Amino acid sequence: MKRKTAFLISILLALVVVASIWYGRHHGLLPAAAGKEAVLYDRLFGTLIGIAFGLFLIVQGVLIYSLIKFRRKPGDTADAAPMHENLSLELVWTAVPTVLVMWVAIYSFDVYTEMRGTGALMMAHQHHHAPVMVADASGTSPLFSPDATTEVAEPLALEVQAMQFAWIFNYPGDVASAELHVPTGRRIRLNFAAMDVLHAFWVPELRLKQDTIPGTPTHLEFTPQKTGEYSVVCAELCGSYHGGMRATMVIQTPEEYQAWLTEQQELAQAYDGSMIAGRLEPSLDAGQIRQLQSRFMASGGHLNHSHS
Amino acid sequence: MTQVIPHYPMGDAQPNRTPWWTYFTFSTDHKVIGIQYLVTTFVFYLIGGALAAIIRTELATPDSDLMPPEWYNGMFTMHGTVMIFLWIVPSVTGGFGNYLVPLMIGARDMAFPFLNALAFWMIVPGATLLMGSFFVGPASTGWTAYPPLSILTEQHAGQIMWIFSLLIIGTSSILAAVNFVVTIWSMRMPGMGLFDMPLFCWATLAAAIMVLTSTPVLAGALILLSFDLMGGTNFFNPTGGGDPVVYQHLFWFYSHPAVYVMILPVFGIVSEVLPPHARKPIFGYKAIAYSSMMICALGLFVWAHHMFTSGTPDWLRIFFMVATLLVAVPTGIKVFSWMATLWGGKLRLESPLLFAVGFISMFVVGGLSGVMLGSAPIDIHVHDTYFVVGHFHYVLFGGSVFGIYAGLYHWFPKMTGRMFNEFWGKVHFVLTFVGFNLCFLPMHILGLMGMPRRVAQYDPQFTTINQICTFGAFLLAISTIPFLVNAVYSWLWGEAAPNNPWQALTLEWTTTSPPHPHNWEGDPVLETGPYDYGKDYSQSSLVRH
Repeated sequence: MKRKTAFLISILLALVVVASIWYGRHHGLLPAAAGKEAVLYDRLFGTLIGIAFGLFLIVQGVLIYSLIKFRRKPGDTADAAPMHENLSLELVWTAVPTVLVMWVAIYSFDVYTEMRGTGALMMAHQHHHAPVMVADASGTSPLFSPDATTEVAEPLALEVQAMQFAWIFNYPGDVASAELHVPTGRRIRLNFAAMDVLHAFWVPELRLKQDTIPGTPTHLEFTPQKTGEYSVVCAELCGSYHGGMRATMVIQTPEEYQAWLTEQQELAQAYDGSMIAGRLEPSLDAGQIRQLQSRFMASGGHLNHSHS
Repeated sequence: MTQVIPHYPMGDAQPNRTPWWTYFTFSTDHKVIGIQYLVTTFVFYLIGGALAAIIRTELATPDSDLMPPEWYNGMFTMHGTVMIFLWIVPSVTGGFGNYLVPLMIGARDMAFPFLNALAFWMIVPGATLLMGSFFVGPASTGWTAYPPLSILTEQHAGQIMWIFSLLIIGTSSILAAVNFVVTIWSMRMPGMGLFDMPLFCWATLAAAIMVLTSTPVLAGALILLSFDLMGGTNFFNPTGGGDPVVYQHLFWFYSHPAVYVMILPVFGIVSEVLPPHARKPIFGYKAIAYSSMMICALGLFVWAHHMFTSGTPDWLRIFFMVATLLVAVPTGIKVFSWMATLWGGKLRLESPLLFAVGFISMFVVGGLSGVMLGSAPIDIHVHDTYFVVGHFHYVLFGGSVFGIYAGLYHWFPKMTGRMFNEFWGKVHFVLTFVGFNLCFLPMHILGLMGMPRRVAQYDPQFTTINQICTFGAFLLAISTIPFLVNAVYSWLWGEAAPNNPWQALTLEWTTTSPPHPHNWEGDPVLETGPYDYGKDYSQSSLVRH
């Protein structure tokens, strides 16, 4: 009887493991991955949602089984057999979650550093991060050396202004655009300035988000991989039309990107360096943006929002 | 149950029945105060729920078409504020805590009865200010009120009223917490050690310590914010060199512990409801007691996980990620212990147990998504999205509110001296369970796919899922009707309740229903431990009062 129960439980647990792994790979809960970081994110997310799904099945399974199996029979007024504690069982359900969350913390930290491009915490199974590859003369700790597989040392840096309720992306040659155009395969660095209140730059397909803070510069780095048009969403409540503060991000091949930039630079020269390129949605027109931008420039790039 | 149950028709004096007008007085009786809290906060639950229904109606379509977007911002700001500060916090601490703690530890009242009444009556000016702000344009910067938006807001007067309302309610909460700590520490009846207390008292103690540690910090932040708002100072205003991120630290130093203040007493309720309805001792008493204290300690060091995208330094993100994930350990201990309590029991599948099991089932979902959110890289994508909205509603509704309902059904006979109608209790449970999951489960998908929170308009690709949420929200609104009707009808005309309808072993069941004004006519007698089910009590006065 006891062996039969143990066998049955093993089978059920095996099924739960299979279901978790399957769900971790087929959850379909995330949009397309458009950047290198998004691919890393999706691997971590798949693992965590798989584990969560398995635990979900176990807990709900036990609850439903208990409700059916252990319901009181009519007329039975006696108490159930008392069971106050079981030390080994309690040790297991303390130790296993502890190990599990510590593992989640280390794995998350590893992914986090890799997404940030600041070098990865070494994990035995990720041999491509072997510290010997980045041995250099400067004496930097190998733990925090740049990943040897990172493509380009110098990221493409763009200045970004966030304001109620629009984004402005600045390119070399006096180009200010309401659309964010970036080339694939190159690390991009966005330097944010918030001109009024907090905003947050979020592209769901990049799985990255960064608050923009008035008075404090912040930045975000990522490497676009997949061409296409994506939404830039403001994720920090910024006022009445927060929900409408959106822009488009266009990921292009380096050639397309260069062609777009050249075109914009020519237009900007033709229009006295104050051209606002691209579409604007939904609440500000080009004139308003220009006004805001000149106010921003006049203040020397510092916050210049006065409130009466 | 061989006892003869007397029947008291409507209007007849039950023994010890409190006249209705007492509830409108400055009574210092902890039982009156407890019910004052429970009824008052339930009214605010209905108001907060109505606001939620308005929010979900706006979100039934992708455009902002039901009301101007600034109104919408006011709706969700007030929804969050009312639900947290006028419903869950005061009902689980002030309501259940006041009613139950003295009865459970064999005391005649709380340590400071006058302070207790004062704490309750402070809710009145606090709530009046908050509700009054609807007339001047309510605060519309979210329940977080992040500057600079909260300083530059056009709802200037509403924001100021919001701040002062929270200061008053926060003070009320501190006064109540002092009372709980002193009462639990020093007023236990002779023979009751700390580890003989019912687990609800442990949970309340842990929650009270968190209130005392963290609420003053919120008060400080709000006072400085009010200076910025009214006096033009620059504590958090970057134009004058202030730092808005400092406000976030101060705010979350309170507001994350506040989550535990809202859930710890409910953990306690569930630990009280499960054993008598499963006819089994609570599994792992000490582990559950210690885990409450561990959550109390760890919970004070996780606040910055709300700020992973605020430009916080890396080491800070790592520290708070690890601390946050560790909270899963004591929480897991509780969940597993509850499951083991059910295992092998003789479950009485009535409303109290159904809601308690519903609590475990739903809270676990919130816990699992909480572990995912604790992971910094995962959080960066879903922070400030509907994933988070889904997560915390699984904790605060699936957790706290399901637990509150379990407690309301469980102690209704004790509090009112009458039984509720079990059939309508079951209807209430099924509607709540289905409505809740329809409303909040799809929100996880919305957030992951790209819908931010606090928006009146959204990408049309999310329309269908939003409409499912809205349908669930309406079902949830309807689900409160059977409860309300049942509670009011049963309170007035229900069958008279025996002293101990559940044959439970904690002390509150040894007195009459409702209890004597001094809780026990004679002295309370401690005959058993709170969870000694499965022993032979045929001789005990407990079972056959």
